[in-house]
Amino acid sequence: MLECKNLGIQFGGLKAVDNFNLNIEKGMLYGLIGPNGAGKTTVFNLLTGVYKPTGGTIRLDGNLINGKTPTQINNMGIARTFQNIRLFSNMSVLDNVKVALHEKVKYPLLTSMTHMFGFSKKEKEMDDLALEILDVFSLGTKKDVLSGNLPYGEQRKLEIARALATSPSLLLLDEPAAGMNPNETEELMETIRKIRDMYNLTILLIEHDMKLVAGICEKLTVLNFGTELASGTPSEVLNNPDVITAYLGE
Amino acid sequence: MLINFIEQLINGLRTGSIYALIAIGYTMVYGIAKMINFAHGDIIMVGAYALYFSISVLGLPVPVALLLTVIVCSVLGVLIEKIAYKPLRKAQPLAVLITAIGMSFFLQSSSLLIFGSTPIPFQSVIPNDNIKVGPVIISSITLVTLVVTAVAMILLTLFINKTKLGSAMRAVSEDKGAAELMGINVNSTISMTFAIGSALAAVAGILYISQYQSMKPTLGALPGIKAFVAAVLGGIGSIPGAMLGGILLGLIESVSKAYISTELADAIVFGVLIVVLLFRPSGLLGKKKIVKV
Repeated sequence: MLECKNLGIQFGGLKAVDNFNLNIEKGMLYGLIGPNGAGKTTVFNLLTGVYKPTGGTIRLDGNLINGKTPTQINNMGIARTFQNIRLFSNMSVLDNVKVALHEKVKYPLLTSMTHMFGFSKKEKEMDDLALEILDVFSLGTKKDVLSGNLPYGEQRKLEIARALATSPSLLLLDEPAAGMNPNETEELMETIRKIRDMYNLTILLIEHDMKLVAGICEKLTVLNFGTELASGTPSEVLNNPDVITAYLGE
Repeated sequence: MLINFIEQLINGLRTGSIYALIAIGYTMVYGIAKMINFAHGDIIMVGAYALYFSISVLGLPVPVALLLTVIVCSVLGVLIEKIAYKPLRKAQPLAVLITAIGMSFFLQSSSLLIFGSTPIPFQSVIPNDNIKVGPVIISSITLVTLVVTAVAMILLTLFINKTKLGSAMRAVSEDKGAAELMGINVNSTISMTFAIGSALAAVAGILYISQYQSMKPTLGALPGIKAFVAAVLGGIGSIPGAMLGGILLGLIESVSKAYISTELADAIVFGVLIVVLLFRPSGLLGKKKIVKV
């Protein structure tokens, strides 16, 4: 599904990610963990085309994606959320999801113009589609709220909903549980499992909450100083002495 | 006295409408590309000359000429963005600003080369009659200006809030990076913004030239700057702000001209801007930026 080979990026003299390998099979729930500043978000930025790699290759279902623009990569089936929430905060909850759907549902400008006067059937279909996604996250009742006014936990959920609206095959979640309380995290874990099954997704997530990581990830890769420290099942990785040292020091 | 005041207000609304139409272009482009397109005022000039050329030289019927003018300006706006601004999208704001000013000079000089510096008189395309509403006299040009502006604003508001392109525009103006990652085609959204902004400038150009009936290569400069002031006054980046700013500016200008002094009118307009910015640095309807430290 996703294959990174010897992936690397340099900022001046700093190798933020170096010689990074990753192989994710279809349908997997994969975790990327590591201490602060290890380069996890940089990997996401490489995968989504925000940064251009200075070395190595990224392939999605065998197709080379490095060098493509973020929009092209999104159209090929990779969607993401952000560590620091980046919703369109002056748009309603529904519009946040619809704007991501829009690029997938093509219709001519004329239809768009007639909709200004409220005639379009297509637009109604899109509303329904967007609501369907929102309901998965129990956000359907808040569709008209400005997304910036949602409580923090719901903003995180809406980010996932918006990413799903672009109908990805691979979903990247950057610290989805950051700032959530244990109950919310528990609920989020359920939701992540649910959407994976509902939408046939492969999910790669960055997370600091070890309970979440150990609870839902089938495989983990630990990143430290931009290189891979260890990979394997959660129990293998979390008992690896090198990993413990990297997190807690000697 | 009262009737005179009402007539002055209507005059102000007319000038203000034209400012508002131009200011919308400034504010939309700023919202989406985070730059001040100083060549925007000159689009009005191109619009005026395009209308003159289609009617007086090509001899096209008025409706066709009007349509052609709007198309010429839209295409020009998109081309300017593609050729001059797009390569600088990641450059420093100062480089973009200088380029925009350069583009403005380029357009003025080109029209100076083609049409010369002698002002060209141009008969209004709108029949010039005076309409009496009770004791108040309104010229037909004023009436057309007000109606056209109102219709343009309503259509634009619906477009921005109700259509897919409109919501893509809002998304790009909030967070270009996130929009890209959600599959929104940022380049075509920016082109669309320039096209709409320039089309509105063309409409403003047509209305302006119908009023003043004489054109020279620098005719876009002053309304351009005034509209820029209007956009800042209303809160740059905000479309309702540009509409409000434009109308207010026109009203203030007209009333100052009538009751204070014609020479001081511009100074008063800019004075109002300074006072507003002292109390509301992001303009009347602009969003406050909270910077996290």
